[in-house]
Amino acid sequence: MSEVYHLTTPLTEDVTRKLKAGDIVYLSGTIYTARDAAHKRLVDLIEAGKELPFDLKGSVIYFVGPTPPKPGEPIGSAGPTTSYRMDSYSPTLLKHGSKGMIGKGKRNQAVKDACKEYGGIYFGATGGAGALLGKQIKSAEVIAYPELGPEAIRKLEVEEFPVTVINDTYGNDLYQMGREQYEVK
Amino acid sequence: MREIAYEDIVKHVRDIIMYSATHLPEDALNALKEAYENEKSPVSKEVLKQLLENAEIASSESRPLCQDTGLAVFFVKLGADVKIVGGLLKDAINEGTEQGYKDGYLRASTCTPFSRENLKDTVGYNLPAIIHLDIVEGDKIEIEYAAKGGGSENVSRARVFPPAAGKEGVIEFVKECISDAGPNPCPPITVGVGIGGTFEKAAISSKHALFRDIGSKNDDPEMAELEEVIKTEINKLGIGSMGMGGTETALAVHIEANPCHIASLPVSVNVQCHSSRHTHITI
Ligand code: SF4
Repeated sequence: MSEVYHLTTPLTEDVTRKLKAGDIVYLSGTIYTARDAAHKRLVDLIEAGKELPFDLKGSVIYFVGPTPPKPGEPIGSAGPTTSYRMDSYSPTLLKHGSKGMIGKGKRNQAVKDACKEYGGIYFGATGGAGALLGKQIKSAEVIAYPELGPEAIRKLEVEEFPVTVINDTYGNDLYQMGREQYEVK
Repeated sequence: MREIAYEDIVKHVRDIIMYSATHLPEDALNALKEAYENEKSPVSKEVLKQLLENAEIASSESRPLCQDTGLAVFFVKLGADVKIVGGLLKDAINEGTEQGYKDGYLRASTCTPFSRENLKDTVGYNLPAIIHLDIVEGDKIEIEYAAKGGGSENVSRARVFPPAAGKEGVIEFVKECISDAGPNPCPPITVGVGIGGTFEKAAISSKHALFRDIGSKNDDPEMAELEEVIKTEINKLGIGSMGMGGTETALAVHIEANPCHIASLPVSVNVQCHSSRHTHITI
C-alpha cells in the first residue's frame, strides 16, 4: 500500500530510491518552475557547457505556468501543466543531477528509463487544483527568462506541497497500475 | 428595434469572465460531489476531495480555479431586432474578454502557431476570443461562455466515417479517444460528441454539447440512450481522477446530432476537464 512522506528539497538519491509509485509526498523547500520554452533553453545551456540559472543537483522542477499574482500575493493559481511536452528535455536534466519533476499526465519511455538510471521521480500534482496548490507556495521569484512571461523560470518556496509518485526509480507507472486495477474488461 | 450599448456588452462579458474563472458552476460541483461519493479508488477519491476543496478556496478567496484560464470561447445568439449602438458585437466581446482577463489577473494564453510568441502585447491580452455567432428571432443577445484549457482540448479528435460504421463505430471512436488520452485531460471529464453535419459542423457541435448542464438529459431519446452507453463504456476503462485509476472517469457524455450527407458519418469528440467553466447570460 502507498506510504506518506514529508520531504524537503533538494532530494538525494537515498530518498528517491525509497519512493514507490502511489506514495503520497508532501514537499517543502525550494523548487523551480519551467515549461517547454525554459526547458529548451536549459538543455541548450547544458549542451553548450554553460552555467545554468540554478543548481540542478537534487532539484525538483515544477511544470507550471501560473496566473499573474494579485497585488500582495507571491503567485496566482499554480497547478501542473501536461508533462509530455517536456519529455524530450527531461532525461538530460535528470542526467545532470535533477531528481524530481512535478506535472500531470503520461511520460514517455525515455523519461521512465532516465528515472530508473539516474534515480529521478516523476510526481503528479492534481491538475486543475490551481487555487489550492497556489496557496502552498510561500514565495516566488523570477530567476531567469522574464521575457517568457508565465513560462519564465521561478524559484518557489513551498510548504507541504501535495504530490503523488507516478513514475518511481523501479520503472513502475501509477497510471498503468491504477488503471489495470479498475479496468472492467 | 431594441438598442443595446456596446459598452454594456463589454461590461457583461468582462464580468462573466472574471466570475467564471473563480466559480465552478453548480452542475459541475454537484457532479464532482457525486463522483466523490461513488468513487471506489481511495487515490482518486483523494483527488476528488482536493478538487472540491480547490473549488471552495477559489470562490471564497477569488483565486482562479486553474492556472490555465483558457481561451475564451463564445456561442452568441444575436436577436434580429437588436441594434448595437457604438460599435460591433465582435469588438465588444473581444474588448470584454481583454478586460476580464486583465482585471481578473487571469493568464494570457494566446500565441502564434509556430514562433509561439504570446499575443498579449500585440493582438491583445488573451485575444482573439473564439466566437461562434448565430442570428435568431427576438430582441435579446444570448451569450454562452466557456474558458477552455489546453489539456483537454489537446486530446480532442474529429473523423469522418463511412455510414456503415454506425453507432458501434461512434462508440469505439469515442472510447479510443478517451482511452488514449488517459490522465492528460484532467479527468473526471465531460465528453462532448458531435455527430453528423459536415466535418466542421461535427466539431463545433462537439464543443457546443459541453455547454449543456452536466446531469441534464438529451431531448432525443435515441441520443440520451447512446450517451448512457458511451458513459458506461468510458467508466469501464478504469482511468479515474487524474488518471490514477478509478471507477469515475466521465461525469457525463453529451451528444449533439445533426443531419448529414448520405455518404458520410462525421464524428467529433471534444473533451472538457473537471474545471468546467461554462456560463451563460442574456442581455
Ligand atoms: S485540462 Fe483543465 S483542469 Fe487541467 S490544467 Fe487544463 S484547464 Fe486546468
